Amino acid sequence: MQIRITGRVWKYGDDVNTDVIFPGKYTYTISDRPEMAQHALEDLDPAFAGSVQPGDIIVAGKNWGCGSSREQAVICLKEAGVAAIVARSFARIYFRNCINEALPIVTCDAVDGVEAGEEVTIDFAAGVVTTPRGVYEFPPMAPEVMEIIAAGGLIPHVRQELGLK
Amino acid sequence: MGQTFAEKVLARKAGLERVVPGQILVVRPDRLLSHDNTAAISRHFYKIGVERMADPGMSVIVLDHVVPAADETHATNHRTIREFVAKQGITAFYDIGEGICHQVLPEKGHAWPGGLIVGSDSHTTTHGAFGAFAAGIGRTEAAAVMATGQIWLRVPQSFRIVVRGQLPGRVSAKDLVLHIIGDLRADGADYRSVEFAGETIAAMSIAGRMVLCNMAAEMGAKNGVVEPDETTRRWLEGRVRHDYEEVHADPDAAYERVIEYDVSDLVPQVARPHTVDNVVPVGEVVGTSIDQALVGTCTNGRLEDLEAAAEILRGRHISSKVRMLVLPASREVLLAALERGIIAELIEAGAVLLNPGCGPCLGAHQGCVAAGEVTISTANRNFKGRMGSKEAFTYLAGPATVAASALTGVITDPREV
Repeated sequence: MQIRITGRVWKYGDDVNTDVIFPGKYTYTISDRPEMAQHALEDLDPAFAGSVQPGDIIVAGKNWGCGSSREQAVICLKEAGVAAIVARSFARIYFRNCINEALPIVTCDAVDGVEAGEEVTIDFAAGVVTTPRGVYEFPPMAPEVMEIIAAGGLIPHVRQELGLK
Repeated sequence: MGQTFAEKVLARKAGLERVVPGQILVVRPDRLLSHDNTAAISRHFYKIGVERMADPGMSVIVLDHVVPAADETHATNHRTIREFVAKQGITAFYDIGEGICHQVLPEKGHAWPGGLIVGSDSHTTTHGAFGAFAAGIGRTEAAAVMATGQIWLRVPQSFRIVVRGQLPGRVSAKDLVLHIIGDLRADGADYRSVEFAGETIAAMSIAGRMVLCNMAAEMGAKNGVVEPDETTRRWLEGRVRHDYEEVHADPDAAYERVIEYDVSDLVPQVARPHTVDNVVPVGEVVGTSIDQALVGTCTNGRLEDLEAAAEILRGRHISSKVRMLVLPASREVLLAALERGIIAELIEAGAVLLNPGCGPCLGAHQGCVAAGEVTISTANRNFKGRMGSKEAFTYLAGPATVAASALTGVITDPREV
């Protein structure tokens, strides 16, 4: 994981659920990861999938990723090139799914300091998000969790634990 | 200082004297639940690089999401799962027709007080109704549990919701929990363990307790739980054939919040589109025209729910402009409802009977909706696009309100029909 990333912001509100991030009707019909990206945020922001760039950052309000446990709601964003998600808070299973997919997540109020299209910088070592209108601190993650992200996600982590190189 | 339910169960599973909220533990679940997503989980599993599950006896697999298969893609998905089950020697496999995973799992004896259940479905919280610690997880971590037999869990902080008073006629557990979610909001219990307690809960059936724990997911909770009592033990008799040690929270446990309700004057509640916490008393939406009414799902597809609908529709006929769908939660529920004549009453009243399963709840088949259409449903989610068109609208309510609305064609207070 990079220690410091800067990216263009896609800004969203509170309680964005996994049905609008990745519609349920595709959950058993699409299993190809790049194809999932084509439907990312389809029912919330139809412009997203066509114009998201690698390295972009999602900044949102509270309870990002509530609803169904579907992991595709994390994978579609990762495959679309999203470098990190910064939200006031995350729904629990979504939070775990991000860790398991090694998609960096940051819990803070940066949504107050940035508009869509502007840039933010996340410094994971210092634990701060710098926005055009303020600097927001975030708490470090537990070491056990950082290990999973550092391994590149849960599957590589489990492989390491099981001694499968 | 005493310990909460979550602290006690997780400490015991981790082999520790006591644990504190925020602590991360590696534990061995008693059961791992998965459904139609087992095909995807099996692909993750093989990607890890192991051939055999750590403990095939841990796995409970129920095909319920798109059953029977709606098309070739789903059929292939189901075939992949049946092959995986055979190869791994999984005995607790329930093929199409048994019902919804959250109903079948306890019916077949896989939930018990003090047990630890993880499931790759967000409504795994349902099994807290039996005094188990039950939480949803993702697909990749389900695969990791299959490979290692273990999972990391963070010890949650706890809320205790204490409920007093007797629920008025035609007001049910669903109305209570919608009311609570309206108060706490969709993230009000994010990452928390929620204990439901008090005289109202003690008097409540297992079906009602399952509604509360199921909907705990909609306030963001990690798990919901009702302490086991005589009602629990009676229900589990003949289903769970081994001994279990009940876990009860200590009276002096430390709760982040204790929230009290009195339900004596509670009125039927409705969650308006497009969030579950957009809750109002039914009076505020009475008269809203509907196209479809759904009684079923893992929230409200049990015998007492079908009975509540039949009690209103008995000898009457639903509005000619409404499609009413009835999905019993399991084969056992369907058989019991048939025996009592409830199914015949609902069909005579104009309802369409669907096989036990998730049906149109997640918009995959069996009653998807078109743009502009309005559904009133006993399900647990009303998110935009969930049941089909993203231009459609879903209202959530208890079975009595759904049946009363089907009768008139507009959202109706069940106490007035």
